[in-house]
Amino acid sequence: MALSIEDIKKVAHLARIDISDADANATLTKLTGILDLIEQMQAVDTKSIEPMSHSQDLNQRLRDDVVTKTNLRDEFQKNAPMLGNGSNEQAVADGLYLVPKVIE
Amino acid sequence: MEWEVVIGLETHTQLQTNTKIFSGAAIKYGAEPNTQACEVSLALPGVLPVLNKQAVHCAIKFGLAINAEIAPRSVFARKNYFYPDLPKGYQISQFELPVVGKGAVTIQVPAQGKHAAYEKVINITRAHLEEDAGKSVHGAVEGMSGIDLNRAGTPLLEIVTEPDMRSAAEAVAYAKKLHELVQWIGICDGNMQEGSFRCDVNVSVRPKGTEKLGTRREIKNLNSFKFMQQAIEYETRWQIETLEDGGKIQQATVLFNPDTGETRAMRSKEEANDYRYFPDPDLLPLIITDADKARVSADMPELPEAMKARLEAQYALSSYDASSLTTSRDLADYFVAAVQAGAEPKQTANWVMGSVSAKLNSEDKDINASPISAQQLAQLLKRIADGTISNNAAKQVFEAMWANEGDVDSIIAAKGLKQESDSGAIETIIDEVLAANGAMVEEFKAGKEKAFNALVGQAMKASKGKANPAQVNEILKKKLNA
Amino acid sequence: MTNIDLTNASLKQFGEMLQSKKISSTELTETFLARIKQYNPNINAYIALDESKTLAQAKAADALIASGNIAPLTGIPIAQKDIFCAKGWQTTCGSKMLANFIAPYDAHVISQFDAVGAVNLGKTNMDEFAMGSSNETSYFGAVKNPWSFDRVPGGSSGGSAAAVAARLCAAATGTDTGGSIRQPASLCGLTGLKPTYGVVSRFGMIAFASSLDQAGPMAKNAEDCALMMNVMAGFDERDSTSLNREKENYTRDLNKPLHGLKIGLPKEFFAEGLDADVGKVIETAIAEYKKLGAQIVEVSLPNTGLSIPVYYVLAPAEASSNLSRYDGVRYGHRTAEYTDLMDMYCKSRAEGFGAEVKRRILIGTYVLSAGYYDAYYLKAQQIRRLIAQDFVEAFKQCDVIMGPAAPSTAFKAGEKVDDPVAMYLQDIYTISTNLAGLPGMSVPAGFAQSDDGKSLPVGLQIIGNYFDEARMLNVAHQYQKVTDWHTQAPNLNMPEGTA
Repeated sequence: MALSIEDIKKVAHLARIDISDADANATLTKLTGILDLIEQMQAVDTKSIEPMSHSQDLNQRLRDDVVTKTNLRDEFQKNAPMLGNGSNEQAVADGLYLVPKVIE
Repeated sequence: MEWEVVIGLETHTQLQTNTKIFSGAAIKYGAEPNTQACEVSLALPGVLPVLNKQAVHCAIKFGLAINAEIAPRSVFARKNYFYPDLPKGYQISQFELPVVGKGAVTIQVPAQGKHAAYEKVINITRAHLEEDAGKSVHGAVEGMSGIDLNRAGTPLLEIVTEPDMRSAAEAVAYAKKLHELVQWIGICDGNMQEGSFRCDVNVSVRPKGTEKLGTRREIKNLNSFKFMQQAIEYETRWQIETLEDGGKIQQATVLFNPDTGETRAMRSKEEANDYRYFPDPDLLPLIITDADKARVSADMPELPEAMKARLEAQYALSSYDASSLTTSRDLADYFVAAVQAGAEPKQTANWVMGSVSAKLNSEDKDINASPISAQQLAQLLKRIADGTISNNAAKQVFEAMWANEGDVDSIIAAKGLKQESDSGAIETIIDEVLAANGAMVEEFKAGKEKAFNALVGQAMKASKGKANPAQVNEILKKKLNA
Repeated sequence: MTNIDLTNASLKQFGEMLQSKKISSTELTETFLARIKQYNPNINAYIALDESKTLAQAKAADALIASGNIAPLTGIPIAQKDIFCAKGWQTTCGSKMLANFIAPYDAHVISQFDAVGAVNLGKTNMDEFAMGSSNETSYFGAVKNPWSFDRVPGGSSGGSAAAVAARLCAAATGTDTGGSIRQPASLCGLTGLKPTYGVVSRFGMIAFASSLDQAGPMAKNAEDCALMMNVMAGFDERDSTSLNREKENYTRDLNKPLHGLKIGLPKEFFAEGLDADVGKVIETAIAEYKKLGAQIVEVSLPNTGLSIPVYYVLAPAEASSNLSRYDGVRYGHRTAEYTDLMDMYCKSRAEGFGAEVKRRILIGTYVLSAGYYDAYYLKAQQIRRLIAQDFVEAFKQCDVIMGPAAPSTAFKAGEKVDDPVAMYLQDIYTISTNLAGLPGMSVPAGFAQSDDGKSLPVGLQIIGNYFDEARMLNVAHQYQKVTDWHTQAPNLNMPEGTA
């Protein structure tokens, strides 16, 4: 499964990471090397082997349906990023986090 | 060409819990923005999900209610996509192994024009647990959207049907049935305005008689049955017209605009999604044992179908009456309470579905908010049965009771509605009526049955409605045949 | 102040000095802070220091000690890897993305140390989001190996390793996803333990690859690690993968004799790829164990070679998803100029993440994307089971497994930075235990000469069966009673470039 520049760009877009053409080229070389390494797996016959997601074969624990959290909005919003585009304000207003307009 | 519409539904029901599905944050509706967004809801670095027991309880309850397979082992998966109301950049959902498997719901499709009412079984493909996203709020700051994550992490059960419905009426009947059921078993408050019950409808069309499904478009987030009906009807017409004009249907997500009555494709969903599902490594497999199911079963109310059958058998109600009374658990409970307080079942059914329901509808009230309790209604019906008041007078008493003017007997007394059952007095009135309406008496004797009813009417009028109609009938018949 | 060598004392000795009031926590803390001021500029082991917070904790610890309310680590300054959220502390995970993030809550590990009155000395440097084996991917600059400043300390817990090695803390925490405690412990000559997956809660520990990440101690010796484990381990209901087991005392078996211990040597750990000098050091250490009465058996872990390919599917896949939350909306880096939402996302993430992190996000996104899931992710999970089964088989023949922790001694800074695959091979002996969820540790076993004539530490890896940490610590402690490799410290005052 040889990678192409288009693959790199498509994946970068899926991951929401800007990538320049020059970076895409450099990334292609490195990712190709890593994928070649990964490709060793294909030699293994894994038919009827149960995939292993967790090292311990345990069940999900359930939490009682009790409110344990309090309102820490002001504390949490101290970490809000700067709005940007020339503004030195934090990206919050009326308790809301501000982002560029979401279009549906 | 004749076309057939094929419809499947995906319904997001918000589960009735105190806290979010993966954290102990409250989920009260209408709180100030982000005041219920804890570190887990905000996806701060390092936070982890822990599953809410009550959410699982609700899912099992639903599965049992639709006779579905409950997965002994189900798995939470991450659905990856970027959106500002999705703080982790992925939604925790279930993908390959959902908690509830195949089941079925029987719907009653009401009569429409010349089409008679009918029943139909709608197959449920699956139902899975997942978390809700937050909300984008517009208008707080020019050119920006505001993100409120109070709703993020609210537990949802997404219920998916097979593409079994063939008309907007069937889809709406299914949605209503499901809406009733989730409230009946107490897993969802059913509040559609607040988004507790939201339907996505997949619509496609195909030439009638063919098997292959057409390309579908998904109408998102319908929050009323009326809009659902309109949206499906519009969408169906649009797809048929597009195809008849030689066009092609592109798979798309569309929104319904209630103002224009039209559907339109969403811009933000144009690019192909690649959700990169994989099992969430922060959560372990959800194991549900027979003992867990038994515990939930013990908490399960009598289901609508079972209750309907019981009402038919126990109170000799028609299938139609029993089915109408079991559209909601509260309504059914109200009926049973009235009958247990001594009212006659058939008459009770008529009143509950007639006057009571009409009043509730016109005032947009729930049966629990009825100013007339089941016991009070029973008292009223007993006064009809024992001949104290006529049916007509009962209507007046009912109105007064609804307006909280007092109990049944004091209203009857205050309004002087007690009916005349003294046969002597009734005989006097009838004698006067017969004397004054010689022509009608002649007509009756000449074989015109209608004249009898006219005479009854005259007698009732003369008694100012207070005479017991049964007695009037009886005495009049006797006198005319004498 | 006394003339006791504070910097080389063990945790037990520090505890005794504090309890007998030979020294106060404040004095001890100030000593380390002064040492950090002197040496850290060269080594760059710390990202965040906050003297006032640290000293306030020391003062509080002194009050506890005065009241007689003392636990083994009360008043002892511990360095915390900057992957743990600590309330009020800058918590960056080595990334520009979180350069301005002040954690509003404590990780479980942090609150465990707070609960016993230990002192948080500072946040240690690390590879960005724990992705690296050389500590060169940190946004806050590379960490230098105290044994040779032109060499790497290993990664990703390189800051913690360098801080312990340079005696810039009494002990430190680390995390290990593919070897990030053991490989730097090996390269810096200290004792580090990665516990069984689920023994230490991950709550508040910034996720890299959730199914593999596990926190553990990095200290001078096995006994110190045991004391650290007594604080760090334990059930936490906030982590669904935290194991609900009874609290253990990890020092309980330290003094058991090793007579009859069966040590398994996996032949795959001594094959091509292992530096010959490192191999010799390991063989000498094994010989020492024979003297202690251990028996040696050869075992096989046939799928060892596959652990790297499997890891480089699973870890990046999980990471690509775990790192999606860094979108510049609620916290973290947001680009200064953007046109719309898409532009904001793509620029913020391109600027906030370094090259290696982006590489792994791209790999992870790719292997999970439509059409590739079965060939990569599912396949990797299947082979993961084969790797875990290898260990099940091996542990039928032995009590512990031993081998090298890393294939070589510390390599030169910059040497592998442009060759990700070569860098990834650093973890060849450590990754398989993360995949299996087993505990592993690295113990100083001697030194190997580098080409340019430097003596560089070599770590012996001990792999135990699930929950066998106490036995592993016993095995390490008995070795440390008859050797002194773990007491050796680098000379920080030598001119740069020599050692």
